[in-house]
Amino acid sequence: MSRSATVVGAVKPKLDRPREKGTAVVNWLVRWFPLAILAITWEAAPRLGLVNPASLPPLSVVVAALGRLAMGGDLLANGLKSLFRLVCGLGLAILAGVPLGLTMAWFRPVRAVFGPLVRCLYPMPKSALIPVLLLWLGLGDLSKITLIFLGCLLPVLISTTNGVRGVEPAMIWSARSLGRSRLAALFGVALPAAMPDVLAGIRSALAMSFVLLVSSEYLMSRDGLGYLISFLGDGGAYDGMFAAVLVVSILGFAADRAFNAVSRRALAWRET
Amino acid sequence: MTSSALISFDRVGHSYRSNAGVLVPALADVSLDIAQGEFVALLGPSGCGKSTLLYLLGGFVPIRDGEIRVAGKPVTGPGRDRGVVFQSFALFPWKTVRQNVRYGLERMSLPRAEQEARTARLIDMVHLNGFEDHFPLQLSGGMRQRVAIARTLAVDPAILLMDEPFGALDAQTREIMHEELLAIMARRPMTTVFVTHDVREAVYLADRVAVMSARPGHIKEVVTIDLPGRTEPGVQKTAAFGAYVERLWGLVKNEAVQAAAGR
Ligand SMILES: Nc1ncnc2c1ncn2[C@@H]1O[C@H](COP(=O)(O)OP(=O)(O)OP(=O)(O)O)[C@@H](O)[C@H]1O
Ligand SMILES: [Mg+2]
Repeated sequence: MSRSATVVGAVKPKLDRPREKGTAVVNWLVRWFPLAILAITWEAAPRLGLVNPASLPPLSVVVAALGRLAMGGDLLANGLKSLFRLVCGLGLAILAGVPLGLTMAWFRPVRAVFGPLVRCLYPMPKSALIPVLLLWLGLGDLSKITLIFLGCLLPVLISTTNGVRGVEPAMIWSARSLGRSRLAALFGVALPAAMPDVLAGIRSALAMSFVLLVSSEYLMSRDGLGYLISFLGDGGAYDGMFAAVLVVSILGFAADRAFNAVSRRALAWRET
Repeated sequence: MTSSALISFDRVGHSYRSNAGVLVPALADVSLDIAQGEFVALLGPSGCGKSTLLYLLGGFVPIRDGEIRVAGKPVTGPGRDRGVVFQSFALFPWKTVRQNVRYGLERMSLPRAEQEARTARLIDMVHLNGFEDHFPLQLSGGMRQRVAIARTLAVDPAILLMDEPFGALDAQTREIMHEELLAIMARRPMTTVFVTHDVREAVYLADRVAVMSARPGHIKEVVTIDLPGRTEPGVQKTAAFGAYVERLWGLVKNEAVQAAAGR
């Protein structure tokens, strides 16, 4: 037992080596430097007359407009509306896409039936459905949720199918010879083994969901952040319009970072 | 076919369907009886169907031609009675060493404490103490193979199937693994089918070596290895060992040449 203790002692420090403080600060600066440049340029260009301030208000003006939108409650109300649609559409796409993808990967007849359909529908631009969904489902939440669901379903489904089909047969066979049923091997081994692909599919679906959310709200809605952009822009309130665009961008960025952080935690076993 | 055989292959064949849809024969007419407790090496050139034969015995690939019986019963699917160690390790990379080794025990209705104790004993047996909480990708090739062996032995299979288990290891590590495998076998004898294309490895480890012919593979000759004191240190340098290696090498070389010509 003393032997195992020494081995633990020898190996542990290598795994959670504390990061040097100085390097962390430098890394942080390097990471945010391009954004700082962008912000400064945005502020300076209209003020120096390099661009027309009417078409690009300085950053400080936009931030002030953002403050007014936030205080007036418009931002929160429309933001929550948008978030609700996004979460529903993407959530349903994941809830349906992962099991469907698993089924297609595991059962050849299912793949034979649905494979051609998926291949046909995948490249179709889902935004072309906006007028159709407007006609069928109206201006409310349902048309946006449906659009996001349809746009996100196939990326999730296809990456799940590919991930599961790429799992090494010997890994499944190991599970089977260690007493697991076919179904238990599917959920207990094939799915976790395919998780890197599944998560990559969800990540691209997340980006897709923002595109579809904003464009559908822009074109067929009476609320939501996309609607706010169109409403403020049409009314000539460009500082407010830019503020709403800024909010959507930050939300998209934050969602991607957060998802990335969660993925990395879930896939910590890949990091050596 | 004799009643004493634990495993019997009875005119087993197998064909794979190529991408063009044609059936390509990989195995033809393999018959072989393996007795309880025997260590049989399957030796043959690359592509002669050694892995295929093992997968058929493992129950992973459906048997269409002939029959394989284990303890008198035809093989119809995988089972815990046949533990498998794959050449690619086939560990679960998202599970730690401990979780991999414990995997087979989780469905054996053992009390939790007994599971833990057995897991710890196996990790100790393959000398991985201190690495229990590492993930497979954090380990060297030799260590991964030890995890794979421990995971398979955990469920105490009567039969051990190994597909070139040490093929990916460097010469020194392989040698150490050979000795450890023999030590494990001495403590807990298992009927073993061991696939290799390393002649010395086959002579060192096996009671009998079945030499397979080039594609479609069948068993060309079975050589019984009779070396007294296999575990003695100098055995690989004895004349008897050398003679077996020479004889088997002659048999395999012929096939390897044919296999290469067939490409
Ligand atoms: N899934 C498959 N589909 C089609 N053909 C296959 C498949 N697996 C194996 N084969 C073919 O069957 C033959 C036997 O393959 P197998 O893997 O059993 O050979 P092997 O003796 O284990 O070779 P090696 O020593 O290289 O591992 C080979 O010629 C191979 O091309
Ligand atoms: Mg092989």
